[in-house]
Amino acid sequence: MSTLVIAEHDNGSLKGATLNTVAAAQAMGADIDILVAGANCGSVAEAAAAVAGVGKVLVADNAAYEHQLAENVSLLIAEVGAGYDNIVAPATPNCKNFMPRVAALLDVAQISEITSVESADTFQRPIYAGNVIATVQSSDAKKVITVRTTAYDAAPAEGGSATIEALDAVHDAGISSFVGEEVAVSDRPELTAAAVVISGGRGMQNGENFKLLDGIADKLGAAIGASRAAVDAGFVPNDMQVGQTGKIVAPDLYIAVGISGAIQHLAGMKDSKVIVAINKDEDAPIFQVADYGLVADLFDALPELESKL
Amino acid sequence: MKVLVAVKRVVDYNVKVRAKADGSDVDLNNVKMAINPFCEIAVEEAVRLKEAGVATEVIAVSVGEKSCQEQIRTAMALGADRGIQVETDAGVEPLVVAKLLKGVVDKEQPQLVILGKQSIDGDNNQTGQMLGALANMAQGTFASEVVVDGDKVNVTREVDGGLQTVSLNLPAIVTTDLRLNEPRYASLPNIMKAKKKQLDVYSPADLGVEVTSHLTQVKVEPPAERKAGVKVADVDELIDKLKNEAKVIS
Repeated sequence: MSTLVIAEHDNGSLKGATLNTVAAAQAMGADIDILVAGANCGSVAEAAAAVAGVGKVLVADNAAYEHQLAENVSLLIAEVGAGYDNIVAPATPNCKNFMPRVAALLDVAQISEITSVESADTFQRPIYAGNVIATVQSSDAKKVITVRTTAYDAAPAEGGSATIEALDAVHDAGISSFVGEEVAVSDRPELTAAAVVISGGRGMQNGENFKLLDGIADKLGAAIGASRAAVDAGFVPNDMQVGQTGKIVAPDLYIAVGISGAIQHLAGMKDSKVIVAINKDEDAPIFQVADYGLVADLFDALPELESKL
Repeated sequence: MKVLVAVKRVVDYNVKVRAKADGSDVDLNNVKMAINPFCEIAVEEAVRLKEAGVATEVIAVSVGEKSCQEQIRTAMALGADRGIQVETDAGVEPLVVAKLLKGVVDKEQPQLVILGKQSIDGDNNQTGQMLGALANMAQGTFASEVVVDGDKVNVTREVDGGLQTVSLNLPAIVTTDLRLNEPRYASLPNIMKAKKKQLDVYSPADLGVEVTSHLTQVKVEPPAERKAGVKVADVDELIDKLKNEAKVIS
């Protein structure tokens, strides 16, 4: 058995999601190689080679892969993946973009966002916004899988000594191109990697009030998130959304402020180690999953919390 | 240009779905069904393209049992010009849905295919991308803005930490994210009109596709429950608990 793990990276550094994915691949009990597709991504390859338990790092370093356009990268992965039993990637927005294309090119199903490996061909994954956990068995000889990274602890980033092998294959489908990006510049940690997350919901009333979370986030080194209700209401951008249709997080501490606790939100944060809920409605469902609940008006509680931390 | 929109019949998003006691499947008896919310956004985007004079015809397609004609009618009430149902049993896998849609694409030759990024039942997030690969079309997934410009379309996408814009050769695939638009409500006169619009039914064989199954659902079960903790009296007690009991802040 052999597994190809697709590296999540930004050409400069290997992202932590890759380490969780290596851990999931280890649960499949196969030999693990990592594929790095990018441009000028040598430092990523070196970081991947240091990950414990990895045999070989394959590097496709070419301008065609710089922005990991799905049309190009999927052709590469389908070609390289032909020699493996499993092709596994983290369920990040980036990998979710190209992995189903890989599956279709190989004429196999994709098993999305697995949370558990039951056996070589059987996996668990949440469906219906996490209301139900399905156990599914694949009859495909080759399996294309994405991993819900919060379900796995990261594999050690150090201790490995994989060989690095350059790939010559250049696949440029020539049907798409990168125009530009607007990445919010923030001193705060990334939502999915933060040890502390503080999120606001509809109870915040408007986008301006999200500033009330800033001071607390600064003091705790926290990332700021939001519920889908707050995004739908236009308070904050969608990349802050925590939930089944947004980001899945599992920090050491999750503070939910003015969030009622719809199942769609719980699906995105219920694996957090400690959950705090601040809500003025004592019957809000969020209190059923919170370790510590504070029934209070957030407009009183937030300034007080900020001043006392 | 012609725009094809895929719509899926799913459990209404307000329904809390449960596993059956025997774990064989989810319990969908007497549950309200609706058009998948992301598909609704896809229909709205297509109709806006038509209203802007960019699209000439909007075709709504759904794959499923006869009951999915209800959701095709909903799409037509929202402004789609005609509908296509590909008749299959329930629970067809995304790869097969993508193959069937590829069959419809071959027949209709749309310049743009708009789909929801995922359906709220299976949560797979696969069909649009798979169709892209099968039809060798470029894709703009998780779209928050779609601008057709000559023989290209610029799609702004929701990615980690912000937005990315890609330029795609037409014909192309777009999958919708939440902020792309806010779907309208169908008016009663439009609901009545939709009943008279053309709706063609194809079988998978008509499209030259064999319905296969790659995955078996072994069982379904409720997720592990997280047990409720304690209520604290005030902010001071909260900080004390976090510092001294949970030890997550210092």
